[in-house]
Parts: sequence; structure tokens; C-alpha cells
Amino acid sequence: MNRRDSLKALGLIAAGSGVLASSCKPESKQNGVDANENAATDTDKLPGVQEFEHERNKQLHAETFFTKHEMATITVLADIIIPEDESSASASQAEVPAFIEFIVKDMPSNKTPMRGGLKWMDIQCQKSYGNVFIKCKKEQQIDLVDKIAYPDKATPEMQQGVAFFSLMRNLTSSGFYTSELGVKAIGYQGNKPGVWNGVPAEVLKEHGFDTESFFG
Amino acid sequence: MSNYQIKENPEVYDAIVVGSGAGGGMAGYILANAGLKVLMLEAGPFFDPAKDALQLRWPWESPRRGASTTRPFGDFDAAFGGWQLDGEPYSKAAGTEFEWFRARMLGGRTNHWGRISLRMGPDDFKPTDGVTEEWPISYDEVKPFYDRVDRMIGVYGSVEGIRNEPDGIFMKPPKPRLNELYISKGAKKAGVPVIPGRGAVLTESSSEIKGRGTCFYCGQCGRSCKVYADFSSSSCLVIPAMKTGNLKVIDNAMVREILTNDEGLAIGVSYVNTTDLSEYSVKGKTVILGASACESARLMLNSKSKAHPAGAGNSSGLVGKYLHDSTGASLSGFLPQLLDRKRYNEDGAGSVHIYSPWWGDNAKLKFPRGYHIEYGGGLHMPSYGFLNWVPNVNGSVPGKDGQAQQRGGYGSALKEDYRRFYGANVGMAGRGTALARKDNYCEIDPNSVDKFGIPVLRFHYKWASEEVEQAKHMQETFQSIMHEMGAVITSTIPGADTSYGLEAPGKIIHEGGTTRMGNDPKTSVLNKWGQAHDCKNLYVVDAGPFVQQGDKNLTWTILALSMRTAEYILSEKNKLNS
Repeated sequence: MNRRDSLKALGLIAAGSGVLASSCKPESKQNGVDANENAATDTDKLPGVQEFEHERNKQLHAETFFTKHEMATITVLADIIIPEDESSASASQAEVPAFIEFIVKDMPSNKTPMRGGLKWMDIQCQKSYGNVFIKCKKEQQIDLVDKIAYPDKATPEMQQGVAFFSLMRNLTSSGFYTSELGVKAIGYQGNKPGVWNGVPAEVLKEHGFDTESFFG
Repeated sequence: MSNYQIKENPEVYDAIVVGSGAGGGMAGYILANAGLKVLMLEAGPFFDPAKDALQLRWPWESPRRGASTTRPFGDFDAAFGGWQLDGEPYSKAAGTEFEWFRARMLGGRTNHWGRISLRMGPDDFKPTDGVTEEWPISYDEVKPFYDRVDRMIGVYGSVEGIRNEPDGIFMKPPKPRLNELYISKGAKKAGVPVIPGRGAVLTESSSEIKGRGTCFYCGQCGRSCKVYADFSSSSCLVIPAMKTGNLKVIDNAMVREILTNDEGLAIGVSYVNTTDLSEYSVKGKTVILGASACESARLMLNSKSKAHPAGAGNSSGLVGKYLHDSTGASLSGFLPQLLDRKRYNEDGAGSVHIYSPWWGDNAKLKFPRGYHIEYGGGLHMPSYGFLNWVPNVNGSVPGKDGQAQQRGGYGSALKEDYRRFYGANVGMAGRGTALARKDNYCEIDPNSVDKFGIPVLRFHYKWASEEVEQAKHMQETFQSIMHEMGAVITSTIPGADTSYGLEAPGKIIHEGGTTRMGNDPKTSVLNKWGQAHDCKNLYVVDAGPFVQQGDKNLTWTILALSMRTAEYILSEKNKLNS
């Protein structure tokens, strides 16, 4: 079978994959706060997924971990980390809060650091600004985030916040840049059948490599 | 268990093959094509990459975005299993370590492996270092089988003429990615050779290979290939062998014991159906074990009888001994030259594009043998955690505006850093020769059984100074390559306190040596054909027969030796018939 035959064989498969992909697409929502209510529907079992994995996914989707208040806080924080700007949509537009709800149930070691970290932030805000994080003014929220977003300049009493923010930032970037919007935003061009003929000539030239020899 | 009974199959097969990975698959393929009636027993479910591969799925099609919660190499990886299986434990003697990876599925671990297909060389079969032991066979005896495996399965690579890195019959290798060009340049400056990779992926069509597609460069061999463009035992050996009508596969069949008669010959095996727990026995004239080095050893040790009081094939007492994995250590960094790089599809092939064969002069080193280096990085498909390194290192270079910046951050500036650093990462990993030692071994744990009531393995494995010295050398080499290519190292450089990042034995998933071959029945389990010295119709075709592996990944040698063993079985049968 040559490459054309491969692609033909794959064409049939790709059509099936498209159907499944669209049925997995989360419904659009204003924000991720009530994501749990829809989450159970995006659990179609793909071929090649083992029964126990599918059951586990369904079970995790059916559980709720974060409270409404926590989800609202996660949503505000996620959008501070990945805001909407000229380069892309925001974290909540890409359903990142729902992803975070799922992933802490999937990796339970994140449950306490997340729950405790959110509470830590509310306590800090209560002390400094007299309100929980989501009820603070935007400048107050940013003021706190500035104290915990830069590990090397954070003060010792902010260290727990730094650890929490680092976890929150990683979960947010994971959730966003693996979503359909995020994959586009990062500029990933692959995952499609093609032919690899090496680095494009203009890129080789830009980096000072020879376009003819195998090792540039 | 009031109605406990063993269902006996009255049919006598010419051969029973236990396991469907590289070794079992090749033996089954050769024997079925020669007209023998073959029964293959696989502990896991049937798996056909054409239907079951998660190839071309997008990260958002996994609720955990490809994270490794239930599969060690991520949600889309093809391996059903991992280092821990529910209800199938193993133990470790105090103060020792071993991690045992098992894939329970048709094709076993060949569905997800890296397809890195290296031949062992003349010095791997007949070492000259004065420390490691020699095989009863030479490279020249195995070469014709490597050649046939190359033609039958297909491998890309380049003819280099390196003495202990023998060339094969190669298809064209994929060209390097951009980071790989930088690596090659840096490595050469550091005195480390880099050559095109060698992988079991069809980069060309071949008149000798039927029913398989050609690579379309999605870079996802680890998910197994829907058009069979890479080698999996399921797609390339077992499923084609079934089409001869001579090979029958029973899946979800966990073999309990090898059954032997009073003369000590194998007469069949007993197994449990893992889905309904019913018990079966089947008869065969020849029993071939390809269950994986440790699983085959476990099966032999659990098959005790009057004729084989220490387990089938174990009169030497060496079954389970000489267990050895590869050494492994790694280092990561990024290339400032690749910040803000132009985007294009750089998925490439799913096996290695480049690697460094061992180059060192052991006279100057504190360890025998050596290691090769595999390289990574680039504009790969996003998956869980793939940008976590960015906020840790974005302070190590000036911002886009040329100003110094703090690491970490949030908002539009952080988003810009994610985009800027994506694809600039580089990684390197060494894979080296760990010494086969008698005192590194697995045995039956006297105290515990798995969920099927089968006694489990207990491992005793410790690294020694040779392996630690090798890891130290790897780290020094990696740092020198990183330096020469102008990379910033992002991982913590491991020191003596962590044995220089040397992975625990078993983590590289190259275990072998547990049923080693040799000419002397006192110092080996099998003869040079893979046949048990004390049970003439019992053979082992996985990595158990390896006397001492080189730094070359095992699979190509398993395939060549299994083919050789299967043809020996055929020739012995012909002798009996003539």
C-alpha cells in the first residue's frame, strides 16, 4: 500500500473521528460556573478506551467537588491568568473551569492544595480588603495576584500563595492550550496526514542551516 | 467453588504460544505460515490498531487532556496496562527496587513502543570488555535473521559502517526537525556523533510488505497506527498469521502452568479466562513462551512437577536470575534560538529522527560497555502539562522588549511567553547497558498470589557502581551538548545523591535475561536455539534468553531470535518426520 492508499483508508476513519469529535464539543456557556451540569454528557466512549477507564470517567463527571463559590473564584483567577486579548479567547471561554473541576477529581492529590489555596486567597483578601476574592475590586485582585505570581520576588509570608498560584497557573494553561481554542492560539499545525520533507527551506535559512545537507 | 471444573480442549495443537508481543507474534507467524496448527494465548483483550488506536485524536477528546492518570504514557497511548495492574501485584525484597511494566493486550508492548530498531553488534554478542558475558551465538549467526526482519517488517535508517552498530536494509530516514539540527550541531562540537534514527516505520512502500500503509507523519506511533505503517505485533504478525487459518488466538487467557508428563516433556498449558474466571487446559506438542522475560520466568517457576521440582526448565536454578533492564537518565532544556519560532507541521515520524550511537573509549572510563542517546523536543501536539516549564524559566532570558523579566507571571504577558517558548524545548535521554548479574533476579514470592490465585513475583534488583558511573557520564555528556548548542538547562541537574538521575530498574521497560541461553546446562536455562535444556519441547522467545543486552533496544533482536527459534522448531519437526 502506498501513501495515497494509506490516506484513502484513513479518510474513512477520519470521517468517523469527526462525528465523535463534534459530539464531544462542550456547549457554549457564558462562563464555567455551572459546567458540572453539562459535564456528564461529554463522556462518549471512544473505540480503544477500556471499559474501566470509561466507567471511571463517567463516575468522575457525575461527582461534584468544588462549591459554586469555589468555581466562581476559579473562573475569575483562570481569566486573570489567561484573559481575552487580541491573541486569543479567555480561559473561561475555553471551558477551563470545567476542566479544572474534572482534573482535581482525576488527580485527587490536587484537591486539598486547590481547596485550601482558594480559601487562603479569600482570607488574605478579607484581611487586606475586607472582602472575599471575587467580591474585591479588580485592582485589589491584581494586587494580591502580583504578590504570588512571581516566585523570586514574593515575600516569605506569601509562599503558600505562590505554591497555590503555580498549581492554578499550570492547570489553567493545561486546560486552555489543550482546548480547541487554545491549540489554535499556540499555533500547533499538525495532527493531520501529510508528508514530512524536513524543516521548510525558509526556516532553515532563517536559522543559518544549509538547505541541501541532511544535517543542515 | 462447588462446580469447579477444568474444561479440557481435546485438540492437540502443533504449538501453543503464550503471549502475542514481538517474540510470541513472530513465532506464531512463522509456524502458522509453515502450516503448523498454532494456538496463541493472550492474557489481555484482542487489539487491532486499525480499530482501536487513538491516533489523530485531539487533546480535548480526552477529559484529562492526555494526562497519565490511567495510562502511564497518557490517555492516548496504546498500552493497556502499566507498572501497576489492578489485582496483579508483585513485590520487592527490602532495599531493592524494580518496576515491572506489563501491557495486557494483543501485541503487548509493541503497540506503544518507540519503534527504535537497533541491531546488537558483534561486540554485544561476543563482548571484549572482560566483564560482561558472551552469548553462545555470534552476530554473524544472527545477521541473516536481522536482514529478514528488516525486509519483512521494514525499518528506516542510514548506512554508516560503524562496527558495533551494524547497518540493516534500510528505508529512507525522516529528516531532522529544527531542534534536532541544533542538537546535531551541538553534539558534534561536544565530540558526540549523531546519525539518522533507525525506526520500524514504513517511510516507503515495499513489494515485500503487503497489507500495510505508508507513514503519513502524524508522529503518533505510541498510539499504534491505524494503517499499520509502524510495527506492532498485533497488526504485522498476529492478525496476518490468523489469516492463514492456522493460528487461533484466545484472548483474556492468563496462563497458569505449563503441564508436563512423567518424562518431563511439556504436554500443554492450563489457563484461566480472566473475564469469567473459568479454568481450561489445552494440549500442544510444543510450548513456546513469549509472555515477556519476567512473566515467562514466573510461569516456568510456577510449573512444578515430579519431573521438574524447581519449575519447568529450571534444573539449573537460574530461571529468574540475571534480570537486567537498560540504564536510563535524562536532562531537559530549551534553545533561546528557537524562541518565537515560525509555526509549521513538524510532527514527523513517531520513532526517533536522530540518535547518538555509543562513541566512548572504555579504557578511559569507569564502566564497561556504553549507552546511546535519544533526543526530543519541538512543536508537538499540546497535551496536559506541556507548558508547565515555561513559567519556571521565562525569567532566564530577556523579554521580547529586551528587558529583564521575572519568572512566573500571568495575563497577556504570560500568554505571550507560552507562545514564545512553545517548541523551543530540547530533551535528551541515555539508554545504556546494565550488567546482567546473577544476584539481580525475580523469584516466586512465597507469601502472595494475584487475583487469579497465581503466585506472584518478588524482585531483587540493585544498581551497582557500573550503572551509576554510566549515569554520571550521561549527565556530563548532556551538559556538554547543551552548552555547545547554547541551550539553557531547565531541569535540576541530578547529582550523586540521586545516582545522577539513574532511573529505577524496570523503568526503561527493557527487561531481559531471566531464562538465559548458553551451551552449559548448569549455567544457562536454554540452549542457543532458545530451547530448554531439560524440557526439549519448551522454548522461550521473548527477552528472557538474552545473555547480556547491549545498549540497543531489545525488540529487533527479540524478533530475529524468535524467527530463528521458530525455524529451528520446524527443522526439528522435519527431522522427526523424515
